Amino acid sequence: MSRFSSFVLAAAGLLAASVAAAQQRGYGIGHKITDAQIAPWNIDIGGEDGKGLPPGKGSVAQGEKLFIEQCASCHGEFGEGNGRWPELMGGQGTLKDADPRKTIGSFWPWAPTIFDYVRRTMPFTAPQSLSNDETYAIVAYLLNINDLLPADGVLDAKSLAAIKMPNRDGFIVGDPRPDVKAEPCMKDCKQGQVKVLSDLAKSLGVTPDQKPKD
Amino acid sequence: MPPDSQKGESMNTGRRGFFGRGLAVGGIAALAVQHPKIAAASGGLDGKPLEVPDWTKMLGPGVTAAPYGSPSEFEKNVVRRNVPWLTVSEQASINFTPLHELDGIITPSGLCFERHHGGVPAIEPDLHRLVIHGMVRQPLVFTMSDLVRFPSVSRIHFLECPANGGMEWKGAQMAGVQFSHGMVHCCEWTGVRLSTLLDEAGVATGAKWLLAEGADAAAMTRSIPLDKALDDVIVAYSQNGERIRPEQGYPLRLIVPGWEGNVQVKWLRRIKLGDRPWQHREETSKYTDLMPDGKARQFTFVQEANSVITAPCPEKPLQAKGAYEVRGIAWSGRGKISRVDVSLDGGANWQSAELQTPVLDKCLTRFRLPWRWQGEPVFLQSRAIDETGYVQPTIEQLRHVRGVNSVYHKNSIHTWRVNQDGSIDNVQIL
Repeated sequence: MSRFSSFVLAAAGLLAASVAAAQQRGYGIGHKITDAQIAPWNIDIGGEDGKGLPPGKGSVAQGEKLFIEQCASCHGEFGEGNGRWPELMGGQGTLKDADPRKTIGSFWPWAPTIFDYVRRTMPFTAPQSLSNDETYAIVAYLLNINDLLPADGVLDAKSLAAIKMPNRDGFIVGDPRPDVKAEPCMKDCKQGQVKVLSDLAKSLGVTPDQKPKD
Repeated sequence: MPPDSQKGESMNTGRRGFFGRGLAVGGIAALAVQHPKIAAASGGLDGKPLEVPDWTKMLGPGVTAAPYGSPSEFEKNVVRRNVPWLTVSEQASINFTPLHELDGIITPSGLCFERHHGGVPAIEPDLHRLVIHGMVRQPLVFTMSDLVRFPSVSRIHFLECPANGGMEWKGAQMAGVQFSHGMVHCCEWTGVRLSTLLDEAGVATGAKWLLAEGADAAAMTRSIPLDKALDDVIVAYSQNGERIRPEQGYPLRLIVPGWEGNVQVKWLRRIKLGDRPWQHREETSKYTDLMPDGKARQFTFVQEANSVITAPCPEKPLQAKGAYEVRGIAWSGRGKISRVDVSLDGGANWQSAELQTPVLDKCLTRFRLPWRWQGEPVFLQSRAIDETGYVQPTIEQLRHVRGVNSVYHKNSIHTWRVNQDGSIDNVQIL
């Protein structure tokens, strides 16, 4: 075969390859995967509509038992928070206070989000160890201690998505910033002496020492 | 002990140490203990002739004595630190970049602040997968070796936790720049554009948001608008030229330039496309900004322009009167820094500092200003202005609009008070 004809053949091969590439989108890197294959990772719940909430159910009573066994060591038996671990109840009406308490009951806008969060990351030392029924039960108990579900209540996908959280309308969606407009003044921008508002940093004693951690 | 006998002894053990013991226990550590004269040498400051130190008169370790190099033994104080009272667990916690020890704009990978919600997972890269699904034409799964085959991009960007400075809404509290501003770092990130991967899967009509999810024990999730994802987001596998450090998301993380650190999901395992945000815990209960009227701003993604003077600072007081260089860093999530002004009198008068070039988009920018300190009390401030014309505000201006309980996005002008003894205090002034 002459060099010329082998060149023609090679060029034809390249052409065929580029036609194939054009038919297939992008770079053709990666592998197809089915929903069934993704299922063990596909754990996200839509907060607004409960999309993705699994079958199953749990009662407040079952949740209380599970909560005391698996959650109370950090969060307290009634969700009041043990020491500095997060409190999960109360705080309603405090969001304008000097010391607002942002809990599930006072702050969280969407109930299905509780299921999502508990299932994906709790208990803290054993995440993704709860069954769906157990998760529903714990969420039921959390809603109960926030006066959002009666003591004999049972929770499933439909009833959880139907719960309206007290602070649902408490969020401003979208970013209003820049909300502060400063001027880049260069000369004589202030009159009089500097007034110190706060200078306790050195004496508060809350700054860690600067020695390396061994 | 006379210097000569000390030197002779040191030379002796030094040779043996290097060729014998040194090889067994690690050359650098062995060498460090062979220099007992370091503290004793006056180095010409006492009017006497300079001495030739031991390290000039003996061989040091050879190549590959440290196959992966480390900082000098004498830089042990240059480390990340956490604030134990800030969080109840070290697995769901944060530490701080030692900004006072750093120069230039690149943060060494091992000094980048860490924020974890469930500790650092030890992910085997061969077993790691990235799934893209939801509102796409074809759900896909990628291996790490798949991802590195795509056309790559490298960008230098700052990454800042939106809680940076959040301990100081009510007043100056932290006696050091590491703790007042250390939730920021700046690295070169290499990876594949997220838009390339989304194009590969095919974005379905109606998709407007995506959910990014980590493979850590918190399975951290955040919703990100598709517009941003298609603009400049990177699925990164390298940091400062090498594979990403475990604490920063090994083997794969999102880089979302200019936006708050929390959305730049580490240990990235899954991206799901949808038509609305997921309203997950980290975008409702956390990372929302509570205003004085009790309402909380949600999806406040951008890190607005910020700056701080890193020299001098509480950790680096002035030693004597005379010439210094005021140095610091500025950054903006909206683009390039266009100017940084420095005030020596608490904001009455300002002068523009020199900016280290190149000035990059959404990147730390180093500023410098020569200064001669005569021993007087000084109120040092820096003020960043970005290419959109945004001017870094004062703490009073921020508090006037947002109150003191919004936790996140405090980017006010910072004040160091230089005292007559050269010590530096963190203060807030009017």
